[in-house]
Amino acid sequence: MVTTTEHIASTGGFEDSTAGSGSCPAMAPKDYKSGVKPVWCPGCGDYGVLLSLTKTLAELQLQPEKVSVISGIGCSSRIPAYLKTYGFHGVHGRSLALATGLKVSRPDQTVIVASGDGDGFSIGGNHFLHACRRNVDLTYIVMDNQLYGMTKGQASPTSAPDWEKGKLTPGGTGINPFHPLVVGLASGANFIARVSGTDANGAVPILKEAIEHPGFSLVHILSPCITYNRDQLAWKKMVRPAPVEATTDPARAARRLMTDDNLNLGVLYKGDRKPYQPTLEPSINEVRELEGQFVV
Amino acid sequence: MTVPSISITMTGSGGSGVMTAGNLLLEAAGRAGWFGLMTRSAGPQIRGGEAAAMLRLSSEPVLSHKDRYEILLGIDWKNADRFATEIPLDGDSIVLGDGEPPKVFSEAAGQQFQVDLQKIAKGIKGGRPNMVALGVAAALVGLPESSVAQVVEKALKRKGDEAVSAGKEALRAGMEAAAHLPRFDQLTVDAENPDPLAVDNPSNPRWNISGNEACGLGAVRGGTRFVAAYPITPATEVLEWLAPALPKLGGALVQAEDELASVNQIIGGSFGGTPSLTATSGPGLALMMESIGLAVASETPIVVVNVMRGGPSTGIPTKSEQSDLNIALYGLHGDAPHLVLAPLSIADCIFTTQWTVALAEKLQTAAILLSDQALGQTRTIIPQQEDAGIVAEREVPTVLEDGYERYAVTDSGVSPMAVPGQPGGQYTADGLEHTPTGMPSSKADDHHKQMDKRLRKLTDFDFGDNWAVVEGDEDAETAVLTWGSSYGAASEALAELRAEGQKARLIAMRLLSPAQPERLAEALQGISKLLVVEQSHGGQFYRYLRAYYDLDADVKSMAVPGPLAIRPSDVRKTLTEWS
Repeated sequence: MVTTTEHIASTGGFEDSTAGSGSCPAMAPKDYKSGVKPVWCPGCGDYGVLLSLTKTLAELQLQPEKVSVISGIGCSSRIPAYLKTYGFHGVHGRSLALATGLKVSRPDQTVIVASGDGDGFSIGGNHFLHACRRNVDLTYIVMDNQLYGMTKGQASPTSAPDWEKGKLTPGGTGINPFHPLVVGLASGANFIARVSGTDANGAVPILKEAIEHPGFSLVHILSPCITYNRDQLAWKKMVRPAPVEATTDPARAARRLMTDDNLNLGVLYKGDRKPYQPTLEPSINEVRELEGQFVV
Repeated sequence: MTVPSISITMTGSGGSGVMTAGNLLLEAAGRAGWFGLMTRSAGPQIRGGEAAAMLRLSSEPVLSHKDRYEILLGIDWKNADRFATEIPLDGDSIVLGDGEPPKVFSEAAGQQFQVDLQKIAKGIKGGRPNMVALGVAAALVGLPESSVAQVVEKALKRKGDEAVSAGKEALRAGMEAAAHLPRFDQLTVDAENPDPLAVDNPSNPRWNISGNEACGLGAVRGGTRFVAAYPITPATEVLEWLAPALPKLGGALVQAEDELASVNQIIGGSFGGTPSLTATSGPGLALMMESIGLAVASETPIVVVNVMRGGPSTGIPTKSEQSDLNIALYGLHGDAPHLVLAPLSIADCIFTTQWTVALAEKLQTAAILLSDQALGQTRTIIPQQEDAGIVAEREVPTVLEDGYERYAVTDSGVSPMAVPGQPGGQYTADGLEHTPTGMPSSKADDHHKQMDKRLRKLTDFDFGDNWAVVEGDEDAETAVLTWGSSYGAASEALAELRAEGQKARLIAMRLLSPAQPERLAEALQGISKLLVVEQSHGGQFYRYLRAYYDLDADVKSMAVPGPLAIRPSDVRKTLTEWS
């Protein structure tokens, strides 16, 4: 394992983590569940996302200790604690930044970032742009329910302008929703897909591809909030597989995404940009070798 | 004892090369066996503004500027009057250069001379006025031409042979033009061995280093291998020094999109097992506060170097002040015990940064290191600084059994921290209050136990003797208590007083949080008069002392806001007048 932990004192000299990757018994989806009971409302779309994630990890047979799931604040961001992987439940909106620091310094970890439409596109909007642009090998899953659920039902950047039940925007926001996939493409995301949170089996192959695709992968997940917008239960019947194959041409992807009605599922764009990853290979052995520059 | 020294300021408009000339003069002084420091002062403009290089050259290492300058040399005088308060002159000073200096200087100085820098430079193919000025300055202070010529050659080598010979010719012309000018003989050069520190004679090696570079060096000596960076004056050079250094050491620096990102990136880097650091200044520190709290709650070690500038808000980005003490101590929401430290000098930026990295790792918490512009952007000539050998050592579990508790309630308060990749160590780090295993919890018992442990690991830790520098007389009744960069002026003031036979003691604190009341009480034994010196308007340090320490003495606060540096004479005067 070539990681920065090899040359620092702080690892305490634990043996490498690759042990067992060939010898452990096969992992089942349940082996990725922590056993902590979710705080989500019964019927929340996020249960489906949790299920699809554990199934995907089992499909990939990733050892739980080799996966880190990083999140911010909100219903969706509770997900790390429900998984048996390493996890970080950080502050509101900054999960991508935290995950960037982890992945850049520990490229051996598979890093999945879990977020919601408020956490990811409102308070965390700037990090979203720059994470797409930077193209670190992260998989960003955004559970979009078009509102803030944990604070009990306010409009989010993806709320429809005429949704009148947002408690801070009586009469609707009156402003156009944010289109995460268009913005993601324009900012440089290397893989763009949409899945339905209520169809775990349908989501698994797409999540798997997203994790395996090098660079920054954005997966938009329609995850209905049954408490603050029950109309979203209809999504299940409205979604459809995208009628076209994934494109590798960003111009074509842009045209498709601009006319996308938020209901097309599947891989929508696959790029081939080189991921951002410093080599972490030292060229000198000691700090002392840097000190000659100070000598008068 | 007082250190023989000579102070010279060179001024000129942006692009005149005044900083280059100042840097070369400082470096040449180092080659001649002297010490010194150089502070840069500039307006907010990136190019084209006025600039001043303020130097103090000395026979021993010095920590602060003197109260006055012997020499003011103007490459030109455009807007130089803006520096009037920063460049005190008196009847023994000379002012010289091209053209008519501002009245504020010519009236203060004892003598005034005209030197045709432009005209002399024009007579030399490729000659530049700043190199002529360098020659004049070198002659005035008594530096040998050979020392200066060596540094000119080193600096101009990459521009080709013609540039080197033009530079040397201009240097010589400047020295000749100064032939009729008064000499300052505070410092001497060994005639037998005028370049004791020439490259081929590296005995007693000397360094030319800025405080910001020193922070960078201390960081990597301490084991920092991941840095996230967002540029901000006057901290940027810490990051710029680390950017090429870290990859060589197998680490990485990432330029972040803002300070919210940079602090979270280092939390992520540290979560992954790599000692991680960022550097910023006041506005950036304010933005980072929420996530510094995350590092405290999740017990993820991070170091934030905050190079202070004048505040509040955008304040005075290019000038120094010690006014971020309050935000560093009290800026986090909730009860969030963390480390706050401050380097005392440029050389100490190396040690204190290194120590801070090690402490953050050892205690698994956030550390804020309060450097400032006066340290960060000043260059100094000092003896080579040996590595203190303090390296980050994070406690990592070696045996992981079922039911690993990341936040186990231990006697020391420190709980072994699993590193991603360690089988069986999986946990979710959380900013939510949590149980020992990391499960979110809002129970009173969990909250109290976790708060107790997060506090205990700081309060029960033995920080040893490095918490402060204590110097002076054991039988003194008067003491100065200060912190951070104010140590320089205070130390020189007390050295002067003691040289005159007065008894005095100085305590300069490196470790501000957690407070060390027993250690301070011991350091203050026998003291009946205590002067508290700091560079802030609100007396932030004084009020912090009042909150955390029992000061059993007559206490006076000397709180002076920036942007002007506190000078040794200010401290002396306050002490002398206090009766």
